[in-house]
Amino acid sequence: MSDLEAFRADIRAWLDGNCPPEMRLPVTDEDDMCWGGRNFVFKNAAQKLWLERCVAKGYTVPDWPQAYGGAGMNAAQAKIWREELARIGGRAPLSSFGIWMLGPALLKFGTEDQKVHYLTQIARGEIRWCQGYSEPGSGSDLVSLQTYGDDRGDHWVVNGQKIWTSYADKADWIFCLVRTDKTNKYQGISFLLFDMTTPGVTTRPIKLISGNSPFCETFFDNVVVPKNQIVGELNRGWDVAKYLLGHEREMISGAGRGDRLNAIGAVINRHGGIDNPVLRAELALFDIDALAFAAMGEKFLDEAKAGKAHPAQPNMMKYAGTELNKRRHELLMAAGGSTALEWDSPDTRGGAASRDWLRTKANSIEGGTSEVMLNVIAKRILDLPGA
Amino acid sequence: MPLYHTEDQTMLADTVTGFVANEGAIKTQLRRLRDANDPSGYDPNLWKQFAEMGLTGVLLSEADGGLGLGHVEAGIVLREIGRNLTPSPFLATSVIGATALADASDDVKGRYLPGIIAGDTVLALALDEGAKHRPEQIRLKAERAGNGFRLTGRKDFVVYGASADALIVAARTSGGDSDRDGITLFAVPRDAPGIGHNAVRLVDSAMASHVSFDGVQVDGSTVIGDIDGGRVLLERVLNAGRIGAAAELSGVGSGAFAITTGYLKTRKQFGKLIGEFQALQHRAAHLYAELEIADAAVIKAQQLLDGGSEKADVMVSVAKAKATLATNLAVREGVQMHGGVGMTDEYDIGLFMKRDRALAEFLGDASYHADRVATLSGY
Repeated sequence: MSDLEAFRADIRAWLDGNCPPEMRLPVTDEDDMCWGGRNFVFKNAAQKLWLERCVAKGYTVPDWPQAYGGAGMNAAQAKIWREELARIGGRAPLSSFGIWMLGPALLKFGTEDQKVHYLTQIARGEIRWCQGYSEPGSGSDLVSLQTYGDDRGDHWVVNGQKIWTSYADKADWIFCLVRTDKTNKYQGISFLLFDMTTPGVTTRPIKLISGNSPFCETFFDNVVVPKNQIVGELNRGWDVAKYLLGHEREMISGAGRGDRLNAIGAVINRHGGIDNPVLRAELALFDIDALAFAAMGEKFLDEAKAGKAHPAQPNMMKYAGTELNKRRHELLMAAGGSTALEWDSPDTRGGAASRDWLRTKANSIEGGTSEVMLNVIAKRILDLPGA
Repeated sequence: MPLYHTEDQTMLADTVTGFVANEGAIKTQLRRLRDANDPSGYDPNLWKQFAEMGLTGVLLSEADGGLGLGHVEAGIVLREIGRNLTPSPFLATSVIGATALADASDDVKGRYLPGIIAGDTVLALALDEGAKHRPEQIRLKAERAGNGFRLTGRKDFVVYGASADALIVAARTSGGDSDRDGITLFAVPRDAPGIGHNAVRLVDSAMASHVSFDGVQVDGSTVIGDIDGGRVLLERVLNAGRIGAAAELSGVGSGAFAITTGYLKTRKQFGKLIGEFQALQHRAAHLYAELEIADAAVIKAQQLLDGGSEKADVMVSVAKAKATLATNLAVREGVQMHGGVGMTDEYDIGLFMKRDRALAEFLGDASYHADRVATLSGY
């Protein structure tokens, strides 16, 4: 048996013995996932147990170094972990912006002290993070952001407003883009970390078309941030921000997330059948795109881990993955008929189908619109003139 | 296994890319043969060169004298054939024919394999009956007669049929037209008495035959695999051909995209390079995404086939359909973005459009494979 086959056997045996049955059921929505953090309330004992067992082995972040709370897996081992977890339908033990976004940025730009301190907290699910990027006047044109950090020697005093801050009302800490030099657009931004309980931080949830409020407005009124809470160099936060955006776009693309990649025709057929040949054809064409994109996700992750992916490729993944996900939910609504229109009935888990459908409309806006993704592909990958 | 080429595969790709670009170029192969109205539709000297590099036997086992490689490697060759629109019997002979003959008797193997490996022999697939690919229905009859069989019926879209040394024929030896069982494959010599070839040139300048079988008598040694039980072998042959066609399509798409983005960077209108216009940038970027995703589907299906996975059937159809749709978008956008010159014979982009259309049809178009994906998925 090769080393990798032995590794696979070990993982398979560990999962068999340690992944609770409840954690092998599909996730119903974002509320059903384990987000961690100071104030997180576990859905059930199994969710808590599953997190604790994975934390003990470093499996919440399998490819991070063991010194920072990971399992130190190489690319091939991490792929085996994903495959074996998917094989049993196992849930991610922990979902977090810390894992998907801040962690990779800290691994690249953080000091050793920052890595040990923040990454281990992220790996254990102790701190829930939110992202302070967009502002009311700075959406697609993110670099025009105005939130200002005034230098007061050993700390900054931050004033301004962020918007679309996902789960800011539930988050413990924020990673935040703050202008620290008003004279330089790109090289005048710093990447700061601070506690959401710092005096002067307030949040206000925004009610969306889905009726839910996953996003907030976040206000900073003379918020004091110590100087050791900067990631990367002063005024070079845009480099950190762009690197992190690559990971955010990869996350939103759904690459590596089974629920975003599956074919849907067979599932719809089981739940009531497909009696219309035109719908069947639409589902078949969708399934082709979904299965092809699943292969793309696998290829992208393999290439990214091996350093073979184009650095701008996450933009393509985000564009294609989000447009596909919107189409998925249009078809789920069409197949669901009037049942899918129900808004708050218990039989529809509180209108999950329609609320999920509406939620997906943000996929091609958040983290960079599809139009911005196409701009970036044209410029950085295709090298088209003037792009 | 990671979803990218191994070091060995990357080396093969480097070699094949240079070789096909030099020897199989549009100007010296496709245009030359077409303008000369060459009746075979391919260049036997180039086929010899393929053989000298070992490529004609890429899928054949080492025991049979081949390279013993898989669909990933065959796909590397086909992608370059596609990128250069090289007229070649490689897909019909070295992928489809070789997959069929891998199961043949030593007698049949001995008749054709040495010639394939040497670059002297060419095979063709005689499967379709009618204008659309419907392999579920096979009507061409093979009745027992003498020490073998007598074949009666017709086959269409037999690519390179008139110049092939032998036809791989799917025939009905028992049961009704649509029965799954009762299929037998034969390796029939091109000039067997009773065969009639009506060779026609296709839109992409390839040659294909309508082949009539008027009581063609063949002996038992022409049978490939099991009598009446040929469906499983036929499906293996079709999977090989389909993923091969998908790989060639991905090359066609990549070639069309390269010359189109090149044009966007050189053509000026309104005092600007047309590639500066966002309307074109966004369409080019969308097309890039589609082609990347199609490539991923193709290599995934190749690996599944090579690994003998049960998931290969669905993924082969996904790959053929996705490559067909993405490459079709590439050639349509290519002609449109070229503007008026895209309509001229002088510019190559129109040649890509023609090749795409022929490959899209070959072994099942996107509708056929979408239907197959749904059926295999249980709906």
